[in-house]
Amino acid sequence: MALPDTRYRARYLFGAVVVGHILLISAQVGSRSGPPLLQAGLMTALTTTQRAAWAVVSGVRAVWDGYAYLRGTYADNQRLSRENTELRVLIQQERANARGTEELRALLGLRTRTPWTTAAAEVVAGSVSPNFQSIVLDKGRQDGVQRDMPVINAIGVVGRVVVVAERTSVVQLAIDRNAAAGCVIERTGAQGIVLGNGDGSLRMEYLSATAEMERGDHVVTAGTDRVYPRGLLVGVVERVDRNGPTFRSVIVRPAVDFSQLTSALVLLAPAPVASLADDGLVVK
Amino acid sequence: MTALRVVAAGVMALVLQGLLTRLVGAPSMRVDLGLVAVVWIALRFGRVPGLLGGTLVGLGQDALGGGILGLAGLAKSVAGFATGIIGTQFIVTQTVSRLMVFVGATLLHALVFVGLSTLLGLKTPPDPSLDVAIQSLSNAVVGLFLFQVFELTPGARALWRARRERLKRRQKRRYH
Repeated sequence: MALPDTRYRARYLFGAVVVGHILLISAQVGSRSGPPLLQAGLMTALTTTQRAAWAVVSGVRAVWDGYAYLRGTYADNQRLSRENTELRVLIQQERANARGTEELRALLGLRTRTPWTTAAAEVVAGSVSPNFQSIVLDKGRQDGVQRDMPVINAIGVVGRVVVVAERTSVVQLAIDRNAAAGCVIERTGAQGIVLGNGDGSLRMEYLSATAEMERGDHVVTAGTDRVYPRGLLVGVVERVDRNGPTFRSVIVRPAVDFSQLTSALVLLAPAPVASLADDGLVVK
Repeated sequence: MTALRVVAAGVMALVLQGLLTRLVGAPSMRVDLGLVAVVWIALRFGRVPGLLGGTLVGLGQDALGGGILGLAGLAKSVAGFATGIIGTQFIVTQTVSRLMVFVGATLLHALVFVGLSTLLGLKTPPDPSLDVAIQSLSNAVVGLFLFQVFELTPGARALWRARRERLKRRQKRRYH
């Protein structure tokens, strides 16, 4: 067989690359999952480089923060000490409240909640494209991280694990355009779905037009999407719009500051199942 | 050697983007360093390296973004190939022409990416024009700056060498 003319070789290559991409995309659309080998290979190679790069940057930052930038440390220390005392008091109060709740749960014959097992992870890289809102964590399969595990921080929901490599994992942030979570308005119990806008904000949709809510209401996870357990803070209602005659749309300000993410917790257990059903609150 | 440079530029762009987003914060990072690298590769080495560089960078972004593998890959391959053709057909050395190439590549990339996302039923911004305009300008500014840095460095070195030679010649003349 004759080799293609060198003048047209670039065009043939272009055609082959386009067809290859279309086949690759079609394979995933059909199976609803990425080709694990190619994705894992690419991810492992790139995140290893990112980990190394972050180690260098964080080393330099550590030297700067630890030795050169010590101004105001005493004041910070005093402030943190005060905060620590306040938080200890708060923990005491919460513990007392929890004891009361457990007694009520026992009275109602409900199952005791499984304590959360978490893996603390450091963010080693941010998103590599403005089209995606994701982060790379330094914890992976060898630390027990699996796909679809929820990721939180001290304030609320960060996102969910979408790709896992041996020592790293990629987390789709809750503000990503393709992220969604079943949520409720904490005060009224109105249910809806919180979606990312891709620009740092969230919106809650599929809320009934009669649902009661107001600015400042807390939006928490409903525990019905088989990813996030119930009760994690997602954000605060900022604006309420009408979305057609039957639904309302709500703009939600995320609770987590995604521009300041340095670490996160991966919820390893309980397994991502509907916790309402666990509690016997859902009639099957 | 060209292949190595293409791979190095692509990987460096992805690592740098990841680091900058980590330091600046995810939502505020509008520049796509991957696309800037693809345009640079295409203008510097031609359409085939532009195409392959686009594939590498795009697939890397897809793998690390957690989306469908191949979306950004195809968009960046098309942008890289088209930029390579522009680079071989026209003289793209002036600031204005380069700015137009960066803006054009970003628009083409956005067209393919948003078009494919719509076809696949993925969520796209309701009005992507403002987003794309901001990204085009950001990419163009960063790309032009990087071109200046790449071109000024060897030029500055040559200038410094020439000045040193001139000084040596002057000193020799003084002694003789």
